[in-house]
Amino acid sequence: MDFSFPPEVEAFRTEVKAFLADNFDESMLDVTHDGTMHVPELHAALAAEGWLAGPVPKELGGGGRTALESIVLNEEMQLARAPIDAMGVTVITAAILMEHGSDHLKETVVPALLNGEALTSFGYTEPESGSDVAAAATKAVRDGDEWVINGAKMWTTMAHIADYVILLTRTDPNVPKHKGLTFFLVPFDTPGIEIQPVPTMATERSNATFYDDVRLSDDWRVGEVNGGWAVMKTALKYERGVAGGQFMSPPVIDAGIDWATNQERADGTRPIDDPAVRERLIRAQIDVEVCRGFAYHCADLANEGAMFGVEGSMTKLFASETFKRHCREIHDMMGAEGLLTLESPEAHHGGLIEEALRHSPVTAIYGGTSEINRNMVAEGFLGLPRAR
Amino acid sequence: MVEATCVVRVLEQHEFQRWILNGEVRAARLALGGFGTEELRVEVDDFVNVADVEGELQALGRACLLFRYLSICLLRVSSCLHEPAMIGLMRTRYSEDEVAVRDAFFDFFANECPTTTVRAAAKGTGFDPALWSSLAAMGAPGMALPESLGGAGAALTDLAVVADVAGAHLAPVPLIEHAVTTRALARAGGHDGLVAELGEGSTLATLALRPPTGDTARLVPAGAVADVILHHRNGVTSINRGNAPGIKLPNTADLPLAHRVISDATAIDLDSDGWNRTVDEWRALMAVAYVGLAKRAIEIGVAYTKERIQFGVLIGTFQALQHGFADAATSVEGAHLLAQRAIWALETDQPGASRLAGMALLYAAESARFAADRSVQYHGGYGFSEEYDIQLYHRHATAWILQLGDPAAEYARLADAEFGPVKGAA
Ligand SMILES: Cc1cc2nc3c(=O)[nH]c(=O)nc-3n(C[C@H](O)[C@H](O)[C@H](O)COP(=O)(O)OP(=O)(O)OC[C@H]3O[C@@H](n4cnc5c(N)ncnc54)[C@H](O)[C@@H]3O)c2cc1C
Repeated sequence: MDFSFPPEVEAFRTEVKAFLADNFDESMLDVTHDGTMHVPELHAALAAEGWLAGPVPKELGGGGRTALESIVLNEEMQLARAPIDAMGVTVITAAILMEHGSDHLKETVVPALLNGEALTSFGYTEPESGSDVAAAATKAVRDGDEWVINGAKMWTTMAHIADYVILLTRTDPNVPKHKGLTFFLVPFDTPGIEIQPVPTMATERSNATFYDDVRLSDDWRVGEVNGGWAVMKTALKYERGVAGGQFMSPPVIDAGIDWATNQERADGTRPIDDPAVRERLIRAQIDVEVCRGFAYHCADLANEGAMFGVEGSMTKLFASETFKRHCREIHDMMGAEGLLTLESPEAHHGGLIEEALRHSPVTAIYGGTSEINRNMVAEGFLGLPRAR
Repeated sequence: MVEATCVVRVLEQHEFQRWILNGEVRAARLALGGFGTEELRVEVDDFVNVADVEGELQALGRACLLFRYLSICLLRVSSCLHEPAMIGLMRTRYSEDEVAVRDAFFDFFANECPTTTVRAAAKGTGFDPALWSSLAAMGAPGMALPESLGGAGAALTDLAVVADVAGAHLAPVPLIEHAVTTRALARAGGHDGLVAELGEGSTLATLALRPPTGDTARLVPAGAVADVILHHRNGVTSINRGNAPGIKLPNTADLPLAHRVISDATAIDLDSDGWNRTVDEWRALMAVAYVGLAKRAIEIGVAYTKERIQFGVLIGTFQALQHGFADAATSVEGAHLLAQRAIWALETDQPGASRLAGMALLYAAESARFAADRSVQYHGGYGFSEEYDIQLYHRHATAWILQLGDPAAEYARLADAEFGPVKGAA
């Protein structure tokens, strides 16, 4: 095996590092403290580099970046703590529209997404359907040339700052659930939409969105009528190149090491001199290397055009479950000092560790829960019989 | 006569045809000559129809297997001369030729080393001499030695492929200890005759992973069977040769562990860095072997849960079991990628190679122990019975890393390198 990147990808990594040094520093994260995981200047700078279009294939009007380049961009951004949420949503939606959208969408919406002017959001999850995403009940009914949409979505993250939502709807309730789904791209300025904030236990916010007789022309349909599941598969296909989460731990571990090295306890020793602390931290570093292996493996598979499912599940499962543990252990190590939140001027590292601790549970929930991923590994990798 | 044609075929496929017409004839003789079987002597001019070749090889039985492996070796030798493209591939799966080596050795161990062999060896020294000589005939002990010293000139990455399948079969042969010790002697220089002997596998070598106390190295891996033993103390590496092997002490996994007296040792030219490199190779190869063990332990467990019925259903349909296996499989896959990255890093002298080797061993050992634990658990009472193989995997998973010491000490060693020494510590 060979775990080195081709020279042109190494060169790209250097470019990304320089870009981040010039265009991002942690003070920019202040704007995210109202719960919005989005830094507009960074997003604009990414667009200006052409990197939002990066992983979208050239034939589809994208940047034609390889999966190896995508993982490098992702890795460097996460290591620098630059938010990747908006980038991910943009890339995936653009790719979906290029593959399944009408000419209208390709000509008007995609350029605006890729040059950073417009933002979009995901509307898959509903109050009554999450893991069982194909059970979506939000209804779309044809009325002449138009569609009328009624229903509710839960966890429409970034809807309050986005221009669009890519909405999963039910167009045929009388067939097996996967066969009666249709996607629409819905502009948020269409009459009949309401967005309500959903605060969380962490610093981020999400939204509940409601659709009451929302009328759209057929131009806004994405993919075939009742062909929504194929569109969903495209979404998953592109997620593998850009989806993040493999490198959530390093900034937290680095802050933890820094804290443990620079604190002095009453007896003159530092936390880092404590064997229990050392073992926890070195174990965390080992997990980071395991994550790196998974990330590069998925990129290698994607680069070869191989479909991967279980490898992605394993990566997500491992990265999020270990991230939760790292946050817990490093937060514990700080004792009472760790309790200070980012609002406190005395919080260490701007409250980064505490913030990560409260954020960490969701990483094993959104984008496919750990249980769902374990099901995938059990069935898809180990060939165990279906449990449900 | 036929075999060379087969080699040609492999080489042709990889566009090395030109090569065989030049220096590779020598390589072919060398590799096949090492096997020592008359029928396998090569004349490169004797081109035979490929179908005939395969027929004849079938008749030769196991030689066929051997042959596949040798063809790969030749391919390796030739591609080495062509300056292997070791940079910039990002290939996180076994390559075609690595898969071929893996398959050849997998078949070999599946045939020659069923768990009855493991159990039989456990009753004796924990070593199976017949298995070792067959493995030597396959060229494994000298695989990762330079050609100039009688080796196959293959890379550590090839040896790792063999360690993987040896681990999966709990093979009672000290391949890893032997190979890293031999490579250490080759690096030290001045031991060409011995190295050649070790490369053929006619003499067995090992290393005392922990420094001796007084005149004795305690519980040396393969100490019950090796003729040559290296140890390292106070910056000096020394060799003992010709002492009788020690007596195997009964142990958790019936490994050939024995104390060795090292009083009459001779220093060799291998400094601390050279010694550390040797132990790092042991760590990384052991990590790979652990991954082999762990994957097999999961396979055995999964197969069992697809047969056993309780409450009227296959126990494999219970999500509690599925999720335990899924966690184990995920961990093992992560260990696999880390162990292979460590091997690659050592092979290509990456700056972080030693760190990765240490991490890989700890993580692979933990994954394998977890996998074996889940598999025993999901066998219910039968998992605990001597009769079922899964208990062997549990015991081996426990034992291997302990030959080096308490894992906590290994974590501490890595922590020292990462965070600096403990303040106030000597
Ligand atoms: C902060 C946040 C942001 C989000 N952002 C978005 C977004 O932008 N767009 C969007 O569409 N969605 C978003 N989501 C939704 C997210 O994808 C879902 O929460 C997730 O898929 C789980 O669905 P659920 O919450 O309905 O839980 P449920 O599906 O009800 O699951 C509850 C529990 O049951 C378990 N479970 C369910 N099915 C199985 C099974 N078959 N086997 C074993 N266990 C099972 C789950 O693992 C979980 O532990 C977001 C969620 C959060 C919390």
